[in-house]
Amino acid sequence: MSVTRTATVNTSRGNALDVARVRADFPALHQQVNGRPLVYLDNAATTQKPQAVLDALLGFYSRDCANVHRGVHALSQRATDAYEGARETVARFLNARPREIVFTRGTTEAINLVAYSYGSRLSPGDEILITELEHHSNIVPWQMLAERTGARLRVAPIDDRGEIILEEFQRLLGPRTRIVAVAHVSNALGTVNPVEEICRLAHTYGARVLVDGAQAVPHQAVDVRALDCDFYAFSGHKIYGPTGIGVLFGRWELLEAMPPYQGGGDMIRSVTFEKTLYNDPPYRFEAGTPHIAGAIGLAAAIEYVTRLGLEEIRRHEQQLLEAATRALEEIPGVRIVGTAAHKAAVVSFVLDGVHPHDVATVLDHEGVAVRAGHHCAQPLMERFGLPATTRASFALYNTLEEVDALAQAVRRARELFD
Amino acid sequence: MKVALEDLYQQLIMDHGRRPRNFRVLQDATHHLEGYNPLCGDRFTVYLKIADGRVADVSFQGSGCAISTASASLMTEAVKGKTEDEVERLFEAFHAVVTGKRAPDAASLGKLAAFAGVAAYPVRVKCATLPWHTLKGALAGSKQPVSTE
Repeated sequence: MSVTRTATVNTSRGNALDVARVRADFPALHQQVNGRPLVYLDNAATTQKPQAVLDALLGFYSRDCANVHRGVHALSQRATDAYEGARETVARFLNARPREIVFTRGTTEAINLVAYSYGSRLSPGDEILITELEHHSNIVPWQMLAERTGARLRVAPIDDRGEIILEEFQRLLGPRTRIVAVAHVSNALGTVNPVEEICRLAHTYGARVLVDGAQAVPHQAVDVRALDCDFYAFSGHKIYGPTGIGVLFGRWELLEAMPPYQGGGDMIRSVTFEKTLYNDPPYRFEAGTPHIAGAIGLAAAIEYVTRLGLEEIRRHEQQLLEAATRALEEIPGVRIVGTAAHKAAVVSFVLDGVHPHDVATVLDHEGVAVRAGHHCAQPLMERFGLPATTRASFALYNTLEEVDALAQAVRRARELFD
Repeated sequence: MKVALEDLYQQLIMDHGRRPRNFRVLQDATHHLEGYNPLCGDRFTVYLKIADGRVADVSFQGSGCAISTASASLMTEAVKGKTEDEVERLFEAFHAVVTGKRAPDAASLGKLAAFAGVAAYPVRVKCATLPWHTLKGALAGSKQPVSTE
């Protein structure tokens, strides 16, 4: 449906990613910051968008803009087809069924949806199990649920490398565990958690597992059936799609039995002042006009990464991770925080005697965009006894030259503060 | 406009960031308060001894970036001996300079004029002002920690 202005997508399979060609697809990468070429290494915060996504958004608003699921007119039909088509694209991407895909504002809303709706059945004495490395968005909704229901929130610890200690996790599981919520990939450390094993262990106690996949889907292929998880949440903007759109996958039999999250239009079958009949999932959980353009843009992003190949992307990013780890470790005074055996392309580090905020300011001066702070994971930072770290996070369009630029900028920070 | 990094990290700021002055607990403090920037984890406690309406002694402890540590250090030097009104006016002048509302004026600001470069870095303004907001809160007798957010 969209006009493709840039047709420079590498369609070859099994080959290395042609990064130079890929970079041409991302208009925002081609700019100067502080007189230097932009080196964008804040991809765990949000990713830049390929032209295909921008075209999809423009295409919707310039030709097909109408509300969905209501109008009998042509534009509404086109908008509905595109929106439901996006749901099918997401379903294929996760190996789920379209009716198991709920569009949300993002990962945070998806987690809150499960906490409110599925969580409404919890009673005092029930337990919710999370881990020490969770993002605030996978802590706070469960704390709020525990407060509402009298359930107890338990936290599985991690080791010094940033890996969940599975024996401890297992010890915290029990017949009272109702919900397990865990990140697929840690946003602050890059740790790839053994989600399949966690699901298997949790299921032996009858607990349901929600996986926060925000940091996983851009970096590796995800198959919710193979993971055997019950819920899976992710955000569009971290996988080259628009902000304001996200996805909740829920196992059909769970979604079907869950009460609505918000009330409004589209989530109902019939309304009288006496009684309202709720619609079936996924519509039951999509009250109000959805982010139609966002869903269409997200589908374009998923098609884009699928064309490039998730395995090719993963291999390329692993090269960047290895190179960045090596380059930073060579710099005296640098300590990498998070050294798990399996990591996504995220490198959190501290530089002796230099505060992460100062490091990030120097890096920005060199055109290198990174994140400094607690990465919305304050309990995790506390675990490592750090107020903050500097985090470089990579995407499919980053290059080994950019890894060098990062290392050079860190050396500059070290010299300045020496 | 490209601002040189050295305009932000001036020698004076680097020096006070590395070796902060008045960096201790004040045992006979009449006022003290904690200030916290949850975004970057900067955390300082400011101690004050007020006698006859003047800052008889002042100190601080905690940890933060070079900008916030130097700001706290130079603040303690600047306010010592001043009346509460003078402290208030100094903060106003300092705030106007780090937010770019006024050109630095060495006559009224003294060493604090070194922070003029902060104005080119809007996200770092909170680093420079955290110690001052904490000092103000302490003077006002607040018991609630000051937060930048």
